Amino acid sequence: MEFFNEFPEMGRSDLRDFKKAIDFGFRSFSRAYGDALESFFDPLLQFMIWFEKLLINSPWPIILAVIALLSWLGSRSWKLVFGSVACFIVIGYFGMWENTMATLAIISVATLVCIGLGIPLGIWMAKSNRVQATITPVLDVMQTIPSFVYLIPVVMLLGIGKVPGLIAVCIYAAPPIVRLTNLGIRLVDEEVLEASDAFGANYKQRLWGVQIPLALPNIFAGVNQTIMMALAMVVIASMIGVRGLGVPVLQAVSNQYLALGLMNGLAIVAIAIIFDRVSQKYGERLQAYRKGNGNG
Amino acid sequence: MADTKIEIRNLYKVFGSNPEAAMKHVHAGLSKQELLDQHGHVLGLRDINIKIKPKRIQVIMGLSGSGKSTLIRHINRLIEPTEGEVIVDGEDILAMLADELREFRRHKASMVFQRFGLLPHRTVSQNVAYGLSIQGIGEAEAVERSQRWIERVGLAGFEQHFPAQLSGGMQQRVGLARALATDAEILLMDEAFSALDPLIRTDMQNILLDLQEELHKTIVFITHDLDEALRIGDEISILRDGEVIQQGDPQSIIMRPADDYISDFIKDINRGRVLEVRSIMEKTNRATGPKMGMKTPLEDALQQLVGAGKDSGAVTGEDGKTIGKITMANAIAAMARPDREIEGQRYK
Ligand SMILES: Nc1ncnc2c1ncn2[C@@H]1O[C@H](COP(=O)(O)OP(=O)(O)O)[C@@H](O)[C@H]1O
Ligand SMILES: [Mg+2]
Repeated sequence: MEFFNEFPEMGRSDLRDFKKAIDFGFRSFSRAYGDALESFFDPLLQFMIWFEKLLINSPWPIILAVIALLSWLGSRSWKLVFGSVACFIVIGYFGMWENTMATLAIISVATLVCIGLGIPLGIWMAKSNRVQATITPVLDVMQTIPSFVYLIPVVMLLGIGKVPGLIAVCIYAAPPIVRLTNLGIRLVDEEVLEASDAFGANYKQRLWGVQIPLALPNIFAGVNQTIMMALAMVVIASMIGVRGLGVPVLQAVSNQYLALGLMNGLAIVAIAIIFDRVSQKYGERLQAYRKGNGNG
Repeated sequence: MADTKIEIRNLYKVFGSNPEAAMKHVHAGLSKQELLDQHGHVLGLRDINIKIKPKRIQVIMGLSGSGKSTLIRHINRLIEPTEGEVIVDGEDILAMLADELREFRRHKASMVFQRFGLLPHRTVSQNVAYGLSIQGIGEAEAVERSQRWIERVGLAGFEQHFPAQLSGGMQQRVGLARALATDAEILLMDEAFSALDPLIRTDMQNILLDLQEELHKTIVFITHDLDEALRIGDEISILRDGEVIQQGDPQSIIMRPADDYISDFIKDINRGRVLEVRSIMEKTNRATGPKMGMKTPLEDALQQLVGAGKDSGAVTGEDGKTIGKITMANAIAAMARPDREIEGQRYK
């Protein structure tokens, strides 16, 4: 009976040895390759530092103008342009300008990295069912595993700082763009692809001339989600040394500063909403050609 | 290039996980249904042999699922056969390497699709230019060179529209112009007009026939609609369950249906409109009565006979000489809905 009441677990000392072995293994790996990895990521680090400085050091009216321009280019809507500028003015007025710039910097770089890695990966997945079957569970893990769990090895390898922060953000934020690129390409109408084959298109012509353009609305929805998820990681990233709006939020949590937490939290929300609305409007414009208006 | 542009020889297509293994059952004589029930493979095509003449319109007709789309896709090898040969201008399509095949598709055979297959993100003019830009011609030049085809199919003024902004008929004009713009000698049309309303369909048939008079392409035209087949086809092949059950020109198919299936198919057509006097005339070089061309439909011939108050007339060949004689009684008999047994006696 005892067998059923007590789960037949591994011996306690065996378990301890097992964990120790893993820890030791990883530690020696990190000792052996940590420096190499660090220098591998160094260009990225330099870029992040440069970009953050650029945002922080630029005069605020220029930044506001750029924000206005970008939201106009994205949305073609004056309402959104005014809304975005107003949000940033309020944010600046309440003393959160510098942190906001730092957050924008990491979000932008993270999004670029996710696009740069995610879209090719999505294309590869769409090309082969086997690749899709291999990568999908990895993406599932990336999205569901608690972020603190992968913070541990990342910090062990690279220490505390911008690069490990960026990696943590990207692990969490990259899956949607990979998934939606893959999905978008797979959803392209068979007959259109057949037409492209029938006219003698080669792989590149088919990919760039038909599949990517037709998958673009989906790819773009992926970019949008990636940005949202990157923003959601701002606070966690600040735990491992990323500057930005997450830092005061953390302080507020440990010191019970309600107003500070609320203000910075709301600033993150405001940025998220602006990004979301502008990029959604842009996504809509990308598919304008799908809309018929009568029989022309 | 003699008399054959495209030759399809002993072509078989089996769909399934192991077509080669299934082929031995096909050769052993299993039917399409048996092959599916016993071996889980779909027999798409069985022993197809067709010679397609240059500069003619070859219609391939059959009900849905009879293998028409599968067959036409073998000509530009969008589908690989399980067995058999496809020869175009003496060249074996199946022996082509990937880039030879691409060249073939770019320059030699273009295609029009049932649901149009247009690129929704490209404008009308970019769509029509698609074949040329695939050939590596710059976008601007491709658009310019394809402009005349846009005009030729009546789409001038719509160059900057997107496909979704056009009606079905106009979208298929884009499809047609796109296929013509590469100057390919062979035009493959898979139920190109089937998705259109009857009136627009007739319109498109007229456009195609007009174009053909000028361009003399080799056209393989697929349809499930007999009226369309008779109207367009110089030659018709009828498919059923992946097999060709009759081939010939429209007249011979109507006069001599190979079996009940085809009799059934043709029972509702307007015979007086479709049958021509040459199909029922008695050959002779002396005849009296009103003269009429050998391609006169029976309906019109009867009208002429009645108008002239004669019982018989003379049929003239292309050079205007008399080549046969047509009588009222024969014309009326041929127009009556055929009764299989009697017809069998009459024509065999
Ligand atoms: N990719 C495929 N896999 C399995 N069966 C197929 C495939 N393509 C066509 N078939 C089958 O082959 C037969 C002929 O199809 P198709 O050529 O599309 O007919 P049609 O164009 O005359 O309607 C049908 O029974 C169809 O189910
Ligand atoms: Mg079909």
